[in-house]
Amino acid sequence: RAKEKERKKERDRKRRRNVARRASSARKEGKELEDRPGREERRGRKKRDKEGKGKGGEDERQEEVKNDTVAKTLKNFSNENTRKLEQKEIEVVGEEDGDTEEKRKNGRSEKGGKREDNGRGETVEKKQKKKRVETSAEHESSEEEEDEEEKVGEEKPEVLSPEELEKLKEEVDERKKLISTLRGKPWPMRKKLLTLRESHEFVEKYEGALGKGKSRKLYAYKVMMLKKWMKFQRDFENFKTACVPWEMKIKEIESHFGSSVASYFIFLRWMYGINMILFGLTFGLVMVPEALMGRPYGSMPRKTVPRADEANAMDFAVLWDFGGYAQYSVLFYGYYNSQRAIGWLKFRMPLSYFLVGVGTVAYSYMVVIRTMARNANEDGGGDNNSFNFSWKMFTSWDYLIGNPETADNKFASITTSFKEAILEEQESRKDDNIHLTRFLRVLANFLVLCCLAGSGYLIYFVVRRSQKFALEGLESHSWWERNEVNMVMSLLGMFCPMLFDVISALENYHPRIALQWQLGRIFALFLGNLYTFIIALMDEINLKREEEEVLKLNMTIWEASLYNGTLGVNSTAPPITVHPADIPRGPCWETMVGQEFVRLIVSDTMTTYITLLIGDFLRAVLVRFLNYCWCWDLEAGFPSYSEFDVSGNVLGLIFNQGMIWMGAFYAPCLPALNVLRLHVSMYLQCWAVMCCNVPQERVFKASGSNNFYMAMLLVILFLSTLPAIYTIVTIPPSFDCGPFSGKSRMFDVIQETLESDFPAWFGKVFSYASNPGLVLPFLLLMVLAIYYLQSTSKSYKQANLELKKKLQTQNEENKKKTKMAALKAAMDLEEAQKAWSEAPRQQRNNNASQQSYTGEKNTVTGHLVSSFVFVWYLKI
Amino acid sequence: MLHLQDCTFFTRKEILRLFDRYRDLAPQLVPLDYTDQPDVRLPYELIGSMPELKDNPFRQRIAEVFSEDGEGNMTLDDFLDMFSVLSEMAPRDLKAYYAFKIYDFNNDDFLCKSDLEKTLNKLTRNELTEDEVRMVCEKVIDEADLDNDGRLSLEDFQHMIVRAPDFLSTFHIRI
Repeated sequence: RAKEKERKKERDRKRRRNVARRASSARKEGKELEDRPGREERRGRKKRDKEGKGKGGEDERQEEVKNDTVAKTLKNFSNENTRKLEQKEIEVVGEEDGDTEEKRKNGRSEKGGKREDNGRGETVEKKQKKKRVETSAEHESSEEEEDEEEKVGEEKPEVLSPEELEKLKEEVDERKKLISTLRGKPWPMRKKLLTLRESHEFVEKYEGALGKGKSRKLYAYKVMMLKKWMKFQRDFENFKTACVPWEMKIKEIESHFGSSVASYFIFLRWMYGINMILFGLTFGLVMVPEALMGRPYGSMPRKTVPRADEANAMDFAVLWDFGGYAQYSVLFYGYYNSQRAIGWLKFRMPLSYFLVGVGTVAYSYMVVIRTMARNANEDGGGDNNSFNFSWKMFTSWDYLIGNPETADNKFASITTSFKEAILEEQESRKDDNIHLTRFLRVLANFLVLCCLAGSGYLIYFVVRRSQKFALEGLESHSWWERNEVNMVMSLLGMFCPMLFDVISALENYHPRIALQWQLGRIFALFLGNLYTFIIALMDEINLKREEEEVLKLNMTIWEASLYNGTLGVNSTAPPITVHPADIPRGPCWETMVGQEFVRLIVSDTMTTYITLLIGDFLRAVLVRFLNYCWCWDLEAGFPSYSEFDVSGNVLGLIFNQGMIWMGAFYAPCLPALNVLRLHVSMYLQCWAVMCCNVPQERVFKASGSNNFYMAMLLVILFLSTLPAIYTIVTIPPSFDCGPFSGKSRMFDVIQETLESDFPAWFGKVFSYASNPGLVLPFLLLMVLAIYYLQSTSKSYKQANLELKKKLQTQNEENKKKTKMAALKAAMDLEEAQKAWSEAPRQQRNNNASQQSYTGEKNTVTGHLVSSFVFVWYLKI
Repeated sequence: MLHLQDCTFFTRKEILRLFDRYRDLAPQLVPLDYTDQPDVRLPYELIGSMPELKDNPFRQRIAEVFSEDGEGNMTLDDFLDMFSVLSEMAPRDLKAYYAFKIYDFNNDDFLCKSDLEKTLNKLTRNELTEDEVRMVCEKVIDEADLDNDGRLSLEDFQHMIVRAPDFLSTFHIRI
């Protein structure tokens, strides 16, 4: 170490001598430089850099008094400088080609600018140089570091002082950061690779040098673990992307139909994912435990098909209606037993059932809201209209399109959108006959309302009628009468949107607004239908509960008679065993509700598929093959091929999901059914869209509507959990079926668990916590917090708006200023011309004042030049 | 391979797939073995005939911007770079930077009027009249030019494009 120091000192001394020789000249340079105007400072610095050692020496001399280490760092610094300079020079040489090109360009621009004086050209050049230096700055600096590090490395790691260690650490970290952010750098690939390799080498080399003794080992270990972890993460990432299904299918659709159609399929996939998780929850925590550990089929009345239905419990027609064996299986609420803990695991079945029901809803809320928030983040807040044309120009081409036909459509739609925008810009569209349009719009809305009311009444009527049929016994009625409700709902869902479409032609809205109206109306229709259906169901539930009361009475009588009968014969006989199929049982309204929903889903799915096959496939086949022998061109003319209806399909999907959420509590099989449905419809619709649809003529924005759909999903989620929660909270469960039988309310299961499974203090705490005196203030606090957050966000928005306004006004002011300057310049120009024309006379008249005149001429030319520049500038 | 994963937004599988795509363009030119990094570049005619780019009005510009020689002839690295930038994972700023380069037809680091006109004509296949084109270009400059130099610099462009609702969803190519 001492030797090392010796050597260093000697080196320093040598350098100082060197420096002293140059110092005088350097100082001169420096002074000169300082005298120069600020504009040339850059060049000056460069020169100073060229004198790098000199400058460094100067500094050093000033610092002579200070101790050795400082001198060393300084030396490092100066060395750095020189190296930087060398590098720069090398780079300049290396990029000579580029440089000359740039220069040529400069020349061109100067020519374009014509009157730009030399000084300006120079600055431009300099700017460019500066830019180049800047762009390569990172690269350069990294190399610098390396140089420095090499030096440090020569001096053996042991010599490192803590500060240097810190520095080294920082640099290594920086390198690492560079590695992780490299992919986001706008550099060509070769450079990226090179930098990456260098950084990797660097990190590898000096990572070990960090830390001392034990801590060094620890550090190395940490680094190793980090590396392993990174590798694992990367593999995991690979695995995750490999798991995303249907990537290629969606890609293909995207290239054929653009991003809007593909957005439907991405939405479908997302939905599929959510349903997978819901399915996993219900399947893993409810259905499988009950099937494996619960009492087997036939052991209890609720788990056995009643004697009366046994004959045809296996018929396909009955199973298709989810009666018979399907009804008495894990698929429905009624099958579950109210036994508190089942199997050797002591699985708390009722609790699990309840919690899964709650968890399904909670998870759905969480996912939807999180997705909405993410979408909102990605939107970038593009709500203002100030960049209308720019956006049209730079973002209207969909880079996903890879199909000539779609490309043609896209070109056409872009052209029309531009023309529309131009028209709108030129004149705010004048409304010809505003009264007529108003009248038509009112009429259209009236018609739509009539449709909605009619469909609502129809459903109510049908449901009531079906109840009558059910009371009379289903067997005496035809297939149609049995499936009336579902069929009517599906048919209404199919034909009403078409009707709305026709009606909306009356209104003469802009297509985008028309689309929104259409969506809103379909939404209202579906919602109305669903709620009428639920109200009708409620009626039915009440009916069933009355029936249940009667049955309960009968039951006690029946039991009493049973016991009386046996008691008379033999009082000590073992308890009588009646086959569970013979025991009378209640109607179990929960299973009925579940069945209704399952039937609804199935019929809805069927209608969707059949419409797809008939409406799209058959139509396409007919158009294709009848075209050979038809009197007009079917492909281009009236029937033509169908387009893919994105909004309608998305809405269908959303409502389907709403029904799942509503019914999942009473029929645990619903998520599974939905997964199946989505899976099939993914393949079917992909196939249908590729083989029998044509790209849309008018392509609407795919994004932006994303959150619109999500908002709809949220509304539906809310509206569909509302009735489910209502029934759970207010209606007492059936007395002889389901996991909550025997309790007065379903949520009593929580109370029960608290009392028997948790220690006493926990129950006490819980009861305190659920005390209204605590809950109310908490609610109040939440409301206040929401209010506060909302008001702050409002103020932020306000500030944002103001800033935007400020920017705009500044922009306008700038424009005004330039205009004024140009005007002034033009006046100057005129004056100058006048002066110019007067000048020769003056010259002739006044030879003596030649000196001053030359000055004047100079100023005049200056004016001329500047005014020309301004005029040219204005033109641009 | 690891390095490529660090330099792009792709996973290993995707890189391999891209390599296959690249090789499919000219199986006789591109070797299967890339361990010694042969210097192979495919001409623009081949790159531009990919189904992903075939119908894109800006395909030539894309190829030029991402190729190292500026003429659309691409090495495998360039090829990967291109699809990495155009992939879904690429950040907005990076995309904006390359979008700017793509629309900058004469490579002068500014979008001037001629660039805009060319862009517009490519977008509409010359179906707008000259007056309309001129008007649209004026409007665009009027809207987006913040420093009033009559042309759009990279900053102007970025300022405008990051607020566009559709930019991220449309400026990407899946592969």
